[in-house]
Amino acid sequence: MIKKEMIAMLLAGGQGSRLGVLTSKVAKPAVAFGGKYRIIDFPLSNCINSGVDTVGVLTQYQPLRLNTHIGIGIPWDLDRNIGGVTVLPPYEKSSNSEWYTGTANAIYQNMEYMESFHPDYVLILSGDHIYKMDYEVMLDFHKANGAEVTIAVMPVPMEEASRFGIMIADENRKITEFEEKPEHPRSNLASMGIYIFNWKTLKNALIAMADQPALDFGKHVIPYCHDQGAPLYAYEFTGYWKDVGTLNSYWEANMELIDIVPEFNLYEEYWKIYTSSEIQPPQYLSENSVVERSIIGEGTNIFGQVYNSVIGCGVTIGKDTVVRDSIIMNRTQIGDHCQLNKAIIAEDVEIGSNVRLGVGEEAENETAPHIYNHGIVTIGEKSVIPDGIAVGKNSVIFGVTRLADYTDASLASGKTLIKAGEQ
Amino acid sequence: MRAIGIILAGGNNHRMKELSQKRAICAMPIAGSYRSIDFTLSNMSNSHIQKVAVFTQYNARSLNEHLSSSKWWDFGRKQGGLFVFTPAVTAENANWYRGTADAIYQNLSFLKSSHEPYVVIASGDGVYKMDFNKVLEYHIEKKADITVVCRDMDPEVNIERFGTIRMNEESRIEEFEEKPLLAKSRTVSCGIYVMRRRQLIEMIEKCAEEDRYDFVRDILIRYKDVKRIYGYKMKEYWRNIASVEDYYGANMDFLKPEVRDYFFKQYPDIYSKVDDLPPAKYNVGSQVRNSLMASGCIVNGVVENSVVFKKCYIGNNCVIRNSIILNDVYIGDNTRIENCIVESRDTIRANSTYIEEPGRIRIVVERNDRYVI
Repeated sequence: MIKKEMIAMLLAGGQGSRLGVLTSKVAKPAVAFGGKYRIIDFPLSNCINSGVDTVGVLTQYQPLRLNTHIGIGIPWDLDRNIGGVTVLPPYEKSSNSEWYTGTANAIYQNMEYMESFHPDYVLILSGDHIYKMDYEVMLDFHKANGAEVTIAVMPVPMEEASRFGIMIADENRKITEFEEKPEHPRSNLASMGIYIFNWKTLKNALIAMADQPALDFGKHVIPYCHDQGAPLYAYEFTGYWKDVGTLNSYWEANMELIDIVPEFNLYEEYWKIYTSSEIQPPQYLSENSVVERSIIGEGTNIFGQVYNSVIGCGVTIGKDTVVRDSIIMNRTQIGDHCQLNKAIIAEDVEIGSNVRLGVGEEAENETAPHIYNHGIVTIGEKSVIPDGIAVGKNSVIFGVTRLADYTDASLASGKTLIKAGEQ
Repeated sequence: MRAIGIILAGGNNHRMKELSQKRAICAMPIAGSYRSIDFTLSNMSNSHIQKVAVFTQYNARSLNEHLSSSKWWDFGRKQGGLFVFTPAVTAENANWYRGTADAIYQNLSFLKSSHEPYVVIASGDGVYKMDFNKVLEYHIEKKADITVVCRDMDPEVNIERFGTIRMNEESRIEEFEEKPLLAKSRTVSCGIYVMRRRQLIEMIEKCAEEDRYDFVRDILIRYKDVKRIYGYKMKEYWRNIASVEDYYGANMDFLKPEVRDYFFKQYPDIYSKVDDLPPAKYNVGSQVRNSLMASGCIVNGVVENSVVFKKCYIGNNCVIRNSIILNDVYIGDNTRIENCIVESRDTIRANSTYIEEPGRIRIVVERNDRYVI
């Protein structure tokens, strides 16, 4: 018989629309992070480091990059005879075929997958946070308290608590009440979206709530379990945990990696983060290059100057180009004499020579000010920017652009230039 | 591919000085991210050879560790795969490998149980790219018994440690001299041979009967007038690393754009074991010029015209010039290193100086205690 004590279900189907054009072609968990990683590497590495060797990855939105990246799980040692990593997309059924309509609905539709491992516990994870966490310790906490559901929480500043799902727990960490984005929070313990369920509890709840539209863990399943009298516990996590749901938080989390001793340290021997590395050669820094306060991935060639930046693998930065406070993802090519300030440049972008990004006064973005802000210039994947273009702040470019797409070879601050369907 | 691969990775020699104390030459780190044997292994994989045997004997710990999984070169297959053969005591035999031919003889069952008609034999200490299919085509076209890959060397290269070859106009080898004192030809053998599997078995068995153990001396040279032995000239980059000067030179070659382009950018790729190291990190005060840096490095000082391998730490105010820093070296603050090869896992104390005069290469081996940073 196949038996796993705890299996993990990783929710990786979301678009992450607040990352703007970065996620227009890939699911958020597949977005590059920290030079050579993708966001999903963190929960996947946590799983294998915690001894969880059976992981179902639920995909729905733009799964190609994610599927390619995960493969059969070799980088995470998740290529197992029994268990390992399995990608679980929505599928057609004889009746009632539907997309994954909510987080818990996605899990519900994969009941059979979970059942086949006869688990005692099921760990629910989301694929969009940067953190290192030992789920085994959380499981010990779960068992020691005799909990049926354990929710990982972290203390947040009281003034920010109203942005989160807040748990109110007694002195034994037993959850007595919870509030979703409360106006006047009574506690600062925010849910991290990481749950351990007793398998029976989860199964019963999912079956009982199956008809709920857009079945969601936070909104429906947890309240249901609570109403049924199941003991819910809050497991407090105090390590580094970062939601990279917005462009600014994504930018900040990347920039934190370049501190002398970063709070989130990738250089520790213990608790390695694994990723699929298709680019292996070393990086080359030329005679006239300058690199300071930056991290740089494999196979990158630097001929210019790089300050306070996170550069991916296989990137080329041309002569006399100056890159500051920017994130450049894998295989992007940047010409000579460019100036890049606070830009996020996705994968496989081609930028010509004499291009300036992030110039001029700040102006609010015309199409989506809630996404493109903080002065960041965002360039979507496989975009092309011709020679000599100047681009303002809070602007966004996506697609193969030509000189004719710009007025006076420039794009003012706050402008959006998206050329879909021309790639 | 209709051939199996054999990689001769047993060797060691005094020309590597202190560097070979730690590992077989085939396990020497190359170009920041690779080990020497990766080139031959990747060439075999890229030529679609499915079954490869590595014969190893001298201090194989590093090599075995590197080959612990065959998946990096795509040899993790049900059909074929990667086989590592170290000498073993058996009912018939209790000897070490007494030579390259003996190594093959002691593992003859591997050859006998294969069904592929041809064998590609290559040494594991060359830095090159090669499509063995091309050599095999040539071999068949020439109706050769053995094809030896060879290369014309530039006049300034010291070839006294190679086997030199003289061929007639049909490329048949007329003269083969091993490590000649006075070389009559600038054509050297690259240590890569193609022949029929049955031919190899026959010759190796004959050698064993006569107590002969060396492939070059007892097969190539001894049979050169009896068998049809042909030379296949390669023109692309090839460098054997089995001396300190060549090892240093091969690494420094990767600072040239055309060499990097050839190995890193052009199809096909060279593969190596994945180490899961974070990106290299450059702190304030780092100045890196014309250098290769591998993943996992943390740089606080000055590095010029050097190759720095994986996971090295370079402290504040350090100056590293024209040097090769092997894997996982910790260099304390204010250290100066010039024209050196720093052995892997060394810990260099702060304020040290290792300066060798230009044109010479010093090997630095330091076994100080390391305190975790």
